[in-house]
Amino acid sequence: MQDLGAALGLALQLIVTADASLAEIVGRSLGVSLGAVAMATFLGLPLGAALALFRFPGRHAVTVLLSALMGLPPVVVGLVVYLLLSRSGPLGVLGLLFTPTAMVIAQFILVTPIVAALARQTVEDLWVEYSEQLRSLGTTPARALPTLLWDGRFSLTTAVLAGFGRASAEVGAVMIVGGNIDHVTRVMTTTVALETSKGNLPLALALGFILILLSVGVNAAAFLLRETARERTA
Amino acid sequence: MSAATIMPLRLEEVAYEAGGRTLIEPVSLDIARGARTLLLGPNGAGKSLLLRLCHGLIRPSRGRVIWEGVAANGGGAALLHRQAMVFQRPVMLRRSALANVEYALKLRRIGRNARHDRAREMLARTGLAPLAHMPARALSGGEQQRLALARAWAIEPEILFLDEPTANLDPSAVKMVEEIIGAIHAAGTKIVMTTHDLGQAHRLADEIIFLHRGRVVERRDTASFFASPETEAARAFVEGRLHW
Repeated sequence: MQDLGAALGLALQLIVTADASLAEIVGRSLGVSLGAVAMATFLGLPLGAALALFRFPGRHAVTVLLSALMGLPPVVVGLVVYLLLSRSGPLGVLGLLFTPTAMVIAQFILVTPIVAALARQTVEDLWVEYSEQLRSLGTTPARALPTLLWDGRFSLTTAVLAGFGRASAEVGAVMIVGGNIDHVTRVMTTTVALETSKGNLPLALALGFILILLSVGVNAAAFLLRETARERTA
Repeated sequence: MSAATIMPLRLEEVAYEAGGRTLIEPVSLDIARGARTLLLGPNGAGKSLLLRLCHGLIRPSRGRVIWEGVAANGGGAALLHRQAMVFQRPVMLRRSALANVEYALKLRRIGRNARHDRAREMLARTGLAPLAHMPARALSGGEQQRLALARAWAIEPEILFLDEPTANLDPSAVKMVEEIIGAIHAAGTKIVMTTHDLGQAHRLADEIIFLHRGRVVERRDTASFFASPETEAARAFVEGRLHW
């Protein structure tokens, strides 16, 4: 327990003094996860909305599959991306393995189904309310898609946040495709895992704190943004 | 309004069934431009369904809905772009009042400046100009219904369907909505509206189509309908004895 107390003290010191190695890791983590979430949002929102609006054969199967993919095990995604990007893999020539780009790709694959599945549900619920009015106005499903995404923007931030939560917390995929290389692909979660196994608790704890603070901070910011925007546009 | 028109509207033996029940009995109707037509009848008579069948929001189980005018030949969107509907509970988009009107105009490929000017004009005509930049969903029920009318009027429809547009409104809001409906009619749009309110039917209707249990039982000009309803159902309804 003394160890824990000392570790806590050191952890706070690292945070308060904005330790350089700590800052580097935090920055890289944010870069990778935000990049993955941005791409997943760009693809996932229209994809989810399209699933809600368009009728086509196999739609239900795709919907079930998408929901199932929300629970993709990160290590499996990491393994698949690893195989694709490894020297002998089909995309090996790109030389992306053990780079932050590979980590973004892996997290993108993890996050997109979450964003898309939640967006599908939101847009489908909205469509129930809007369908007659929009069809009466002469809206085609293709034009209804951006309209509903825009009108569902407050609910959809939840989908994006859920994606960010997944990306920032996962360790399996980035560990495998990034390799946890110091100053190159080391991020918060992989560092926590490594430092804990090495017994270097202060750094691990400091990163753990920051991970939690970050999660709370991002969600609080999104909440405030949503509330003020909702007040303005009801 | 251009000479090419989608009117008149003809229903040929149109019937609607759902869940094994016949909700609209086969009906044939001609609806031409001009007179304000009110679909009158008790709740559950099928007024809203008939309106939705005319507007194309639901497909008839049997029979055909035909727009006979030459402008209707394009079908699909071309047809929808010349009609509008105002619902009992309007659905406002989560944007400003002005942007709600502009949205309907944008769907009809009207340029940015033209639709801005037109939307402003419609808000002025419906008494909503001071609320142009308010979020549409923050408006009161009566204001939202006037906004729905402004949005429908903006596209200068040949025919406007209204489904109990004043059902949830207080008397002063009802008065404003009825005045706007009158102005839309005066500007050349055919009005087809449902109501179960006898007073409103008196005030607004040129002719009455009376529905009872999914069946069109009478179609008369307003004065003669109220003076001497032909059927027992209509008589009972006019006299306030609900006939089931």
